[in-house]
Amino acid sequence: MDSSKQTNWAARFAAMTVVCVLALIGIGGLVTSKGAGMAVPDWPTTYGYNMFLFPISQWHGGIFYEHTHRLAATVIGYLTIILAVWLCFSEPRRWVKIMGLAAVFLVALQGLLGGLRVTLLKDVLGVFHAALAQVFLCWIACIAFVGSRWWKTIQANPLEFEASRSLKNSFFIATTLVFTQLILGATMRHQHAGLAVPDFPLAYGKIWPPTDPVFVDKINQSRIDVRDFKPITPFHINIHMAHRVGAFVVLATVLLAWMKARSGFSPSHPLRKLSNFWLGIVVIQAGFGMFTVWFNKPADIATIHVLAGAICLLTGVLGSLALARLTHLATIHGNPLTAATPRVTQTTAIT
Amino acid sequence: MVLSKKLDMKLNRSALIVAALFAAVQAVSAADIVGKITLKGVPPVEKELPLDANCGKLHPAGKPKTRFFVSDGNGGLADTFVYIKDGLTGKTFEVPAEAKVIDQKGCEYAPYVSGLQTKQKLSVKNSDDLLHNVHATPIVAGNKESNQAQLPKSKDLVYSYDNQEILMRFKCDVHPWMFAYVGVVDHPYYSVSAKDGTFKISNVPAGEYTIEAFHRKGGKLTQKVAAGATANFTFEVKETP
Ligand SMILES: [Cu+2]
Repeated sequence: MDSSKQTNWAARFAAMTVVCVLALIGIGGLVTSKGAGMAVPDWPTTYGYNMFLFPISQWHGGIFYEHTHRLAATVIGYLTIILAVWLCFSEPRRWVKIMGLAAVFLVALQGLLGGLRVTLLKDVLGVFHAALAQVFLCWIACIAFVGSRWWKTIQANPLEFEASRSLKNSFFIATTLVFTQLILGATMRHQHAGLAVPDFPLAYGKIWPPTDPVFVDKINQSRIDVRDFKPITPFHINIHMAHRVGAFVVLATVLLAWMKARSGFSPSHPLRKLSNFWLGIVVIQAGFGMFTVWFNKPADIATIHVLAGAICLLTGVLGSLALARLTHLATIHGNPLTAATPRVTQTTAIT
Repeated sequence: MVLSKKLDMKLNRSALIVAALFAAVQAVSAADIVGKITLKGVPPVEKELPLDANCGKLHPAGKPKTRFFVSDGNGGLADTFVYIKDGLTGKTFEVPAEAKVIDQKGCEYAPYVSGLQTKQKLSVKNSDDLLHNVHATPIVAGNKESNQAQLPKSKDLVYSYDNQEILMRFKCDVHPWMFAYVGVVDHPYYSVSAKDGTFKISNVPAGEYTIEAFHRKGGKLTQKVAAGATANFTFEVKETP
């Protein structure tokens, strides 16, 4: 029986895990948005309790978010282990098995980072924790993708080779920029200093805000917020402005990718649809960014901004991987530009 | 018997005289610096604290507000940390044996602004029937950040710091509106202004000093003053940049 016709349940399980990881990123984002990252001072215990036995009556205030995050993260840990074991038994490709095992390593590292961020009181570890969450999400999504029917049955159309290769480059660049933008955002969020620049499109009424000590002192003294954030520093202002510039750069590169997809592929082509979705979500994401500023960083909007960011990255990574697959298939089946006849009928071996 | 009683009285009297003399000498060589902190302009409206249900129950009369500009309404500004900034170089001061105390009550810290001498003990207690975490967030190098759980009825958490820090923030992450500020200085000559804006730095040795008044939102002001003299400060409400 043709294995490509069979439902790959492990891959479906991986896809389900991706959805759960997105939810976990949402909860994690909420922890940071609510400033609750330190609401449980101990780890892996919770106020001295085994984390699974911590009484629900005590889940109030910031503890609710932090403790839920820890419990949900444990679930993801178990899902990842199940996935890895499953792949070990069901997956014929050795490298996919290794991807599953690597996912277990990543999730363990991620849990450890989260714990150390709490016990070592290091805000900067929060940035790594946030970045690794995105990497992990994409990693699991790639496992799901390489197990999908599309991956196994897709045939390279030599006529699309040039378009694929060009679009692949655009996707790679834009995806890298999206990831950079996510790291900038995470760095900003993990300063726990609130909004460093409170207006948009201008910044303190200017194109580029001043960062001299007198000005910064003035800003800090005029900030009135019940959350009484840490004082703003020039670094906070600069990183905030870099994130704004980054947003324009990401928008421009994703737009470019979209235009390439539009000129190189038919409207029904999956990559066309993916590019449409990507451009759409990136535009929406920019909108959430603006709302975050305009409404003074409310926890819900800021968290949605984190989630939409994760989806932007995920789309870029999957698109890049799909294009890498297409160009790879085209290459191994001979140089399509010199081939006399397109070998569209050739079935693809699972590599 | 009678004689010994007389002698006793005599001794007592001489002890009294010595004590009085000592006090007089002290009065000559040490004096208070007093003054008033005034706020010019209309401060921003304080915001209601977003108490959760558990903490809300502790305030049946209504939710308390932020304490950015606490005032008596007659221009006096409270919670200004006033301390000798210059003029004590080279002198060392005994660390008070008594600990300073900050309480957590009704999901708020009290006092909101206080002072502490370096190496002196600071005791943080929990009078609430719910748990808090006490998160000290110093930014001066050498003062250690820490985050500890404090369950209801558990014993006080004790802190001490080696370096000056004006003002060190304490916070609770369970209740993100809970903050306390502590001015840590390496001498005992500091004060926090009362609701009417007045302050008193007691028993300052004779001499000329620079004192600084530091208000979290007002900023900082300094002036030169002699022990025993009066120093008034006026903060102005700054416009939003
Ligand atoms: Cu608390």
